[in-house]
Amino acid sequence: MDYNFHWEKMFHGEPAQWMWEGLATTMQISAIALVCSMVLGTIICIMRMTPFKPLQWFSLAYTEFFRNTPLLVQIFFWYNASHYVIPAGINEWMNDLYVQFPGPFSLFGYDFIGEWVLFNVEFITGTIALTVYTSAFIAEEIRAGIFSIPKNQLEASRAVGLSFLQGYRYVILPQALRIVIPPLISQALNLIKNSSLCMVIGVTEMMYMASQIESYYAIPFEAFSVALLIYMTISLIISFCINMYNKHFMIQVMY
Amino acid sequence: MHWDIVIDNFDYFLWGQTQFDWVFPFVHKPGGLLAAIILAVVGIFGAFWIGLGAGLMRLSKRWWVKFPSVMYVEMIRGMPLLLLIFWFFFLAPVLTGQSLPAFATTMVCFMIFTGAYVAEIVRAGVMALPNGQMEAARGSGLSNYQAMRYVILPQALRNMIPSFVNQFVSLTKDTSLAAILGVGELTRTGVQVDNRETVASFEIWITIAGLYFIICYVLTSYSRRLEAELSKYQARDR
Repeated sequence: MDYNFHWEKMFHGEPAQWMWEGLATTMQISAIALVCSMVLGTIICIMRMTPFKPLQWFSLAYTEFFRNTPLLVQIFFWYNASHYVIPAGINEWMNDLYVQFPGPFSLFGYDFIGEWVLFNVEFITGTIALTVYTSAFIAEEIRAGIFSIPKNQLEASRAVGLSFLQGYRYVILPQALRIVIPPLISQALNLIKNSSLCMVIGVTEMMYMASQIESYYAIPFEAFSVALLIYMTISLIISFCINMYNKHFMIQVMY
Repeated sequence: MHWDIVIDNFDYFLWGQTQFDWVFPFVHKPGGLLAAIILAVVGIFGAFWIGLGAGLMRLSKRWWVKFPSVMYVEMIRGMPLLLLIFWFFFLAPVLTGQSLPAFATTMVCFMIFTGAYVAEIVRAGVMALPNGQMEAARGSGLSNYQAMRYVILPQALRNMIPSFVNQFVSLTKDTSLAAILGVGELTRTGVQVDNRETVASFEIWITIAGLYFIICYVLTSYSRRLEAELSKYQARDR
C-alpha cells in the first residue's frame, strides 16, 4: 500500500464546496424528477386501467419499453437524439436555456459563491430521462398495489351503494396506498442512486463533482469515499423512514 | 433518416472489436452486444455464489457470522453502481499494486453489486418457506446443515428462479455502465458510432435501446411465465 491519504484536502476549500454543490444538485434533480415521475406514473397507471384499448396498449408499451432498456442508453438518447421527439421550439428553448439563481450564501460554514440552482440543457434532459425511466416503474408499482386488493372489495362497495369513484376513493385507495407507499419510497431511493448516471452528460451532481475533484487534486480514493458516505447516509435515512412507516401504518389488508 | 449508417455499423454493435480464433478462450477483447452478454452471464454466475453465501450468512443466529453479511448487503444496496465501479477502479491498484483492466474491474463490480441483491433474494426465498419444512427435516434426524442442503435449499432455490431471472435482466441493463470506464460494450459502441457519424443519433440510440430491449423483454416474459408455473409446486402451510 504505497498510497498517501490526504483526507484533509477533502474538507477544506474547493473540494468541500464542490461536494456540497454536487449534493445540492443531486437533491434538486432527484426531487424534481421524483415529483414529475409520480405524476407521470399515475397518469400511465390510470391509462392502463381505462377500458379504452389503445390507451392500454400505449401504457403497456411505455412501461415495458422503458423498464427494459438501460437508463444510460435513455440518457444518451434524450441528450443526443431528442430533437426528433421534442418539438423544435421547445428544443431550441432548451438549448438556449441557462438560468441560474446566483447568490453568495453560506451553509454549514461553506460559502456558495457560484450558482445555487442551475437550469441548463443538461439538467433538463437529465430530469426528463430520470422522470421517464422512474415513471415506468412507479406506474407498475401503483398498478400492482391496486391489483393486490381483491376485486370483491370494489363489488361490495358498489353493492353498499357507493359510486365507482367513491368505491375507489373510500375503499380501494386507502388500502392500496398503504401497500404502494413503501415501494414508492424505495423507488425514490433508486432515483437518487440513478441520478448519478447523469454525470455522463455533464449534470454537475455528486458523482460528477467527485470525479472532478479526482482529476483536479488526484485524490480519487478520498473523493469517492466521501461520495459513498453521503449516498449511504441518504439511503440509510430513507430505509429508516420505510421501516418506521411499516411499523406505524402497515395494517393487514382484509381478504 | 440515416438508417444506412445503422445497417453499416450493425456488426460493430453486435460484436465490436472482438477477435475470434481457436485459442482458448476463443473470444479475445470482447466488444459490442457480445461483451454485454459476457459481462452479464459471468457477473450473475459470480453473484449467485456470493449472494448464496451472504444470504445464508445473514440467516445465521451467530452475530459474528451475521454482521459482515448485513454490512455488505446494506452498504452495496445503499450506493449507486457507478460509484462502486469508480471506487473499485481506483481502489484496486492501491490494494494490488498493479492496475486492473477496465473489463475485469467492471466484471468484479457487477459480481459484488449483484451479489448483495441476490443475497436478499436468497434470504427472502428461504424465509418464505414454511417453518414446518425445517422442523420436519430436523425432526427426521437431519443435522442443520443437511436440512439446509437437502430440504430447504432445493425448494427455496427453485422458487427463487424467477427472481434470479429478473436480477439477470437488471444486470444486463447495468452492464451499460461499463461504457463509462471505456469498456467497448454495446453502449460504448453506440457512443463511438454516434460521435463519428454525428447525424444519425436518433437511429443509433433507438437501435441500441432495441437490442437491449429484445434481450430484457424476452427474459422478463420468461420469468413471468416461470413464476406462474412454479407457484403450483410451492410448499404451503396447511
